[in-house]
Amino acid sequence: MALDSRRRRDLLLIFGLLVCSGIALFLVLFFRTPGGQVVVEVDGAVYGKYDLYKDATVRIETEDGGYNLLQIADGCACVTQANCPDKLCVHQPKISQTGENIVCLPHRVVVFIEETPS
Amino acid sequence: MKQKSKKLALLGLCTAAAMVLSYVESLIPLFLPGLKIGLPNVVIVFVLYQAGWLSAAGVSLVRVGLVAVLFGNTLSLAYSFAGAVLSLLVMGLLKKVGFFSAVGVSVAGGVSHNGAQIAVAAAVMRTSQLLYYLPALIIGGTIAGVLIGIAGGILLRRLPAADLLERH
Repeated sequence: MALDSRRRRDLLLIFGLLVCSGIALFLVLFFRTPGGQVVVEVDGAVYGKYDLYKDATVRIETEDGGYNLLQIADGCACVTQANCPDKLCVHQPKISQTGENIVCLPHRVVVFIEETPS
Repeated sequence: MKQKSKKLALLGLCTAAAMVLSYVESLIPLFLPGLKIGLPNVVIVFVLYQAGWLSAAGVSLVRVGLVAVLFGNTLSLAYSFAGAVLSLLVMGLLKKVGFFSAVGVSVAGGVSHNGAQIAVAAAVMRTSQLLYYLPALIIGGTIAGVLIGIAGGILLRRLPAADLLERH
């Protein structure tokens, strides 16, 4: 009997988590819009802002000799090359919508999409 | 004394198993750096229920330290450590309260593991951008936690070595 009520509370916890994060996910996906510019931050400071619709390749250099190659093409941004140890930034998918981002933890580089300033 | 060394040997075995699972999951890339499915949590849940919180904490922290030395760097150590500590605290507390079964405990552990990692990452990077992925991560963490809890439950019922580990 005790087990049954525990199972029920398990399910409650699971569905609670799924519903809450599901709603949050829906809101994020519903309210996102195609971005206007690509913002690069290194160690919390803005490194540069680039037009999302102007093809470009940017070499992001960090103080300790690290680099990430940012490619902007066809309204999408992605990191094509980097000398960080884990290369996770290179494997992250292309971004184009506001709020989406690519992160390189070892270099403390964040690339994210913003609306065009009006 | 004999019992004690037996327990120590078995916990060592569990640590080794957890490390193998860490390696296996490191081969599965997720879209955010440092975030993992939490396969080693199968072992941690198992040890938590069989040998108590202290043993689970020992196995978990030794695993994190050794995995960082073998495959990672100091940075990945910080994330894994934060995740491991928070999920240990949450799982230990929930198990003690007795509110949930192993599945619920494992789900809470998995979600808090992801949460702590992303919090540390956001703090290190000094950006709130990372929180964008939080909802997706909670969903993923919950589903993974359910499967891991079920797997842990099966282990608890089936593993003959289970009764060798005594609660302390």
